[in-house]
Amino acid sequence: MSLKLDAGIPDGPVDKKWDKHRFALKLVNPANKRKFDVIVVGTGLAGASAAASLAELGYNVKVFCIQDSPRRAHSIAAQGGINAAKNYPNDGDSVWRLFYDTVKGGDYRAREANVYRLAQVSNAIIDQCVAQGVPFARDYGGALDNRSFGGAQVSRTFFARGQTGQQLLLGAYSALMRQAGKKQVQVFPRREMVELVVVDGAARGIVTRDLTTGRLESHAAHAVLLCTGGYGNAFYLSTNANSCNVGAAWLAYKKGAGFANPCFTQIHPTCIPQSGEHQAKLTLMSESLRNDGRVWVPKKKGDDRAPGQIPEAERDYYLERKYPTFGNLVPRDVASRAAKQMIDEGRGVGRTGLAVYLDFADAIKRQGQAKITEKYGNLFDMYHHLTAEDPYRAPMRIYPAVHYTMGGLWVDYNLMTTIPGLFCLGEANFSDHGANRLGASALMQGLADGYFIIPYTLGGFFASSKLAKVDTSHPAFKAAEQSAAGRTQRLLSIKGKRTPVSFHKELGALMWNNCGMGRSEAGLKEALAKIPAIREEFWKNVVVTGSGAEFNQTLERAARVADYLEFSELLVRDALERRESCGGHFREESQTPEGEAKRDDANFSHATVWEHAGEGKPPIENREKLEFKDVVPSQRSYA
Amino acid sequence: MNAQEKTMDVTLRVWRQKGPDQPGRFVSYAAKGVTPEMSFFEALDTINEGLVAKGEDAIAFDHDCREGICGTCCLTIEGQPHGPDQAATGCQLHMRAYKDGDAITIEPFRARAFPVIKDLVVDRSALDRVMASGGFVSVNTGAAGEANAILVPKDKAEAAMDAAACIGCGACVAACPNASAMLFVSAKVSQFALLPQGGPERDRRVLAMQRQMDLEGFGNCSNEGECEAVCPKEVKLANIARLNREYIRAMFWSHEVHPKVDLEGQEE
Repeated sequence: MSLKLDAGIPDGPVDKKWDKHRFALKLVNPANKRKFDVIVVGTGLAGASAAASLAELGYNVKVFCIQDSPRRAHSIAAQGGINAAKNYPNDGDSVWRLFYDTVKGGDYRAREANVYRLAQVSNAIIDQCVAQGVPFARDYGGALDNRSFGGAQVSRTFFARGQTGQQLLLGAYSALMRQAGKKQVQVFPRREMVELVVVDGAARGIVTRDLTTGRLESHAAHAVLLCTGGYGNAFYLSTNANSCNVGAAWLAYKKGAGFANPCFTQIHPTCIPQSGEHQAKLTLMSESLRNDGRVWVPKKKGDDRAPGQIPEAERDYYLERKYPTFGNLVPRDVASRAAKQMIDEGRGVGRTGLAVYLDFADAIKRQGQAKITEKYGNLFDMYHHLTAEDPYRAPMRIYPAVHYTMGGLWVDYNLMTTIPGLFCLGEANFSDHGANRLGASALMQGLADGYFIIPYTLGGFFASSKLAKVDTSHPAFKAAEQSAAGRTQRLLSIKGKRTPVSFHKELGALMWNNCGMGRSEAGLKEALAKIPAIREEFWKNVVVTGSGAEFNQTLERAARVADYLEFSELLVRDALERRESCGGHFREESQTPEGEAKRDDANFSHATVWEHAGEGKPPIENREKLEFKDVVPSQRSYA
Repeated sequence: MNAQEKTMDVTLRVWRQKGPDQPGRFVSYAAKGVTPEMSFFEALDTINEGLVAKGEDAIAFDHDCREGICGTCCLTIEGQPHGPDQAATGCQLHMRAYKDGDAITIEPFRARAFPVIKDLVVDRSALDRVMASGGFVSVNTGAAGEANAILVPKDKAEAAMDAAACIGCGACVAACPNASAMLFVSAKVSQFALLPQGGPERDRRVLAMQRQMDLEGFGNCSNEGECEAVCPKEVKLANIARLNREYIRAMFWSHEVHPKVDLEGQEE
């Protein structure tokens, strides 16, 4: 153990920590803010909200994204909603309950202080978004409407039809573009971060590749914020967009940032099943559908009748049967595992047998089709486009798929990684969701980090650090550009026989089979043996066409696959070391007689933080012990 | 169950262009063994895999979410932006729309304001600059009041959401004979015109966005209706009527003079 993992959690009662900390943080006076340059990588909810808010304060911000516009970051695809403790429905919600539900939902593997702060700022997020003109759903009186999500018994989820992520991101993007118009932010689209520049131990800049021309560009700053999303595409098939990658986080890891809990990956229970080998990605069907949809399979094995032909008495509404208190709204990890059980028992449905039904017949009968259209119309349309089936008439077929990653770069209470000046926000960090994220909490966390946490903690960092003047003439930038150029050259010069995508598929299949919904020691060890072999073949036999000095999507993909071929080994190693089941991490050796995840608090109540020890050397394991004072860990029960 | 999957062979006639200032041409590729369940982009992926394995340059095309929400894809398929399906993006199109032996022509979105970068990839940053000119409510982080202090009638909120559903793909521009961005601009102007939050900047916004749209080289609206027909999110032509009303109102009644939009090299 050699990383210093001081989370810097303030003293005092959990509900006073953030106030106390905000007062303790030193301030940068308004006139001095313009002397600080900030780099923000990524323009999803975390990145766009951070860049806009920091620019409003007067910092000089440069923001980078790999998409052609900041508005297209993958937060755009989030469907169901965003949680907040407003308690508008008067149904017993409070900041404390949102805190409690999130710690419990994360299976007691998140930091209490962070989660409390998240719940605390949740209400201000809704206020901010409404003021921006985000068109949330409303009732006839004109007030905001709410719906329920998994893992909660209150209705605290705010939504804009099935496009909540889109509307929240467009709100943050609009705020960002307003600052771009004022020249307080410089926007760099179609740029990929290819190096992190560390000077005197602190993050002082990045090197980017202009994806249009291939040109490498150096950018210096006083701090770098990585808001670069999750690594679900390590599994090849996931609900993530094609360009989602682990590249920036992996570069930071190699420069000394600790990587926490990479094995905490979320498998979402309701996605459209794979239709064939050609498939490039999977599509999510929002968890909000479980408000009204009922999940079932036939009671009989191998029952291949059409769903409408199976009488009520021969259906098993297994979530309602197994978990009567939460019913169809159990958390994602529980719902996914239950679906897997049904399928393993041979009761899966559809052509492949790899699906369960999500049925709206009762809801349509009870509420009318118009009401269902109002709530989920775009999701039903999306399902129809993909499958050519009409979910108003026949139940949807759904199957679990990799969706979100709770693990990420380790950050302290200020969202700073183990590299001073390098901050990490949103899905890319590890902080708030423990081993399982509750639905509608990703949007909340991304915006909390960007709007309401980093504007305070970054100022505190600037005001209390002595940062020497560094610009891009510093030799570290030249070296970083050379290293990035060398990497591109190496990929182009192999001229082998196999495409980057073929390696990605091979890796993804291995990861899904051996490190997916169920993980066993034997399976993980097998994966650990096979990944280096795939990687070795990649570096001997990959073919990357074209040159580095042009728009080259094959090269982009190859570099991202190369990162996944290294990173996935760390993910599997982490899964192997964590010999307990918790949240989305299900070790087959550790389950209750009912097949639920069995935690081992005595041995694993910690975040595992991995440290790079140099190329070819095994990573070093560090631990941050978790302490629970306000939410006492118990075996999670939703029955 | 396990019905034998039907496959088909189709020809894709694809616009290939090395770079912005290079000449382009159509090149035909055979896509064999395509299944109806495949998405149109997966058929393109298959061709690209074959090309790369042979050491040839893949067809460059923009795509990301592949579920119709990010607005990245920008293909004109058989002359129609996003292809034949109503209310869908190109990435939502599936091969079941075609039959064995079909030849399908693919071009990029074409408009003066969208220069080609390579093959099927275009530069739509003009739309971002239009947004930067006024597509926002000026409210700094932290300055918001209690959310439910702003009440919005449900029908207004729903209509604002209909307009806000715009994904900024630019299909409306590509379909318009004048390459006008009126539907795009009207969607944002309408969203904020319908909501009380948009009130204070109502005049300023419409004047600034309209002006920036003109500066970017987009054409004018002549009521062709092509934009509405191809819009994957079914943004309605009525928004353009509202945009015109807002614009006229701002021109005649507003105290705002045309705001000077301070964007690089585009000041008058």
